[in-house]
Amino acid sequence: MAESTSLAAALGDAVTNTVVFRDEVTLLTTRERLVEVLTHLRDVERFEMLTDETCVDFHPGEPRFALVYQLTSLERAMRVRVKIMLSGADRVAPTVMGVYRNANWLERELYDLFGITFEGHPDLRRIMMPADYQGHPLLKEVPVTVEEVAFSFNRRRIDDTKIYAGE
Amino acid sequence: MDQTQLSVEESAHNLEKHADVQLDITVEQLKKLVSPRAFTGETMLLNMGPQHPSTHGVLRLLLELDGETVVSCIPDIGFLHTGIEKTHEGKTYLKGLPLTDRTDYLAPMINNLAYCGAIEKLCEIDVPLRAQYLRVILAELTRMNSHLVWLGTHALDIGAMSVFLYCMRERELLLDVFESVSGARMMSSYFRPGGLWRDVPDVFFDLVRKVMDVFPGRIIEYERLLKENPIWRERTVGIGVIGKADAIAWGMTGPSLRGSGVNYDIRKAFPYSSYDHFDFSVPLGTKGDVYDRYRCRLDEFTQSLKIIKQALDRLPPGPVITDDRKFAPPPKHEIAYSMESLIHHFKLWTEGFRGPNADVYFAVESGKGEYGVYIHGDGGPKPRRVHFRAPSLCNLQALPQMSDGALIADLVGIIGSVDIVLGEVDR
Repeated sequence: MAESTSLAAALGDAVTNTVVFRDEVTLLTTRERLVEVLTHLRDVERFEMLTDETCVDFHPGEPRFALVYQLTSLERAMRVRVKIMLSGADRVAPTVMGVYRNANWLERELYDLFGITFEGHPDLRRIMMPADYQGHPLLKEVPVTVEEVAFSFNRRRIDDTKIYAGE
Repeated sequence: MDQTQLSVEESAHNLEKHADVQLDITVEQLKKLVSPRAFTGETMLLNMGPQHPSTHGVLRLLLELDGETVVSCIPDIGFLHTGIEKTHEGKTYLKGLPLTDRTDYLAPMINNLAYCGAIEKLCEIDVPLRAQYLRVILAELTRMNSHLVWLGTHALDIGAMSVFLYCMRERELLLDVFESVSGARMMSSYFRPGGLWRDVPDVFFDLVRKVMDVFPGRIIEYERLLKENPIWRERTVGIGVIGKADAIAWGMTGPSLRGSGVNYDIRKAFPYSSYDHFDFSVPLGTKGDVYDRYRCRLDEFTQSLKIIKQALDRLPPGPVITDDRKFAPPPKHEIAYSMESLIHHFKLWTEGFRGPNADVYFAVESGKGEYGVYIHGDGGPKPRRVHFRAPSLCNLQALPQMSDGALIADLVGIIGSVDIVLGEVDR
């Protein structure tokens, strides 16, 4: 697509790869140049809104995490996705709050649920889970369900482990 | 053992259990959130919520007050975090659908549409035109449902009790429509990847026509109650102002953004489900105060009715779900005669369909703003990651700026005007 090549060309070697899937443009960059890329996209290409910021866990693959920034240009009616990859051993990314201020809560959510630290974030606290919660629930090593399914042969044993046991 | 003893023992037990817990925040970090004046007694710290009727759910606000003026407002969310995104990782694409109803529980059909749209984009499924039109009709009815609850509770917060009762009365008409198509009044789960669960029954058209007949008069009724009401104007005009540039920078969408005069509606900017076939306009505000946001939402009722009328008039005949058997189940009568259909049926209900190892983002205009679904498949029948871009979350982030210097009584109006649903904020 013409727009993806022009976006990538203006950014030079800051963009390591461009993927077009189902007409959606994804620019891959590195975490060192992330802020530079986003600043360029906001100021020059007029992607003035950070619509979404999220993370994907590729465990046990490596690099393990993908941070996904979904940008929208209101006047051009265009979207672009910027992605950086993080290794599982080094879960640190720069904050983009200086470019898009609504990254504040979105980054807090990723810190809370994925354990990714955002360097330079002024208020990096848990946002969804309680302050004394241990661990990061959206990581792949956390099981989706920890509750054993009760059938007639094991119902009594499961019932005994419940809070209401003995009532 | 009496109650007090129990609670003391319980808390001792809890303390013991958490003795080795390392909090990752410090008191110093928390102190930075409010101004130093709060610690000298010049200003007062006050908790508003989570159990407060005007916070529309379980929103907690930590307020720093100078008399009645808000010095700083620190929202605390997460009380309704249910791990919907995590639960999706353990379910097939189809089984995840009912969960989407429960994010923004006032607009279930719009959430269904976003989720199905994302899967359709990921797997390249074509949706028949009749299904697209029916989706538009139902999505617009859902938008009206969402706006009715907003209008009722917002007016109730500011002190107009009767509007709430009228809104609930009209909402019944809409819930009857949802019941006729899906059997459920609120958590409908009626859309499927590739179309709809089944065609609408005949009574659906009667019920929708009833809505079309009744509503225009009722909108005038609401306007008569509020639009020129001096108390309403006093409480809303010039309150909670947010400018164009700030609203965009905070990532606000929907009527909250359009109240500031930014013309951004996903139905126009990135049309989906044949919205580009219909003629409608996008109401815009000018000043970005509580009153403008109220005007935008109220005008959207009229636009929704306009879209529904066009879609009903031009509703084409035909199937309501894709005939691609890899994604939609074959009709029951085929299963008895066709081996291939039986295999498709078996594969779909035991394993589910597979999504490619790639990601898509699909957004729709919900009653609150841009409701987006980001899906990353992993080549198997379950997604690797499902993420919901919740409009309420981004809109709520602007609350501290909107309420800066406001009176605490106006704060209630500002929260109402942002139109949050905590189920969606916390997911």
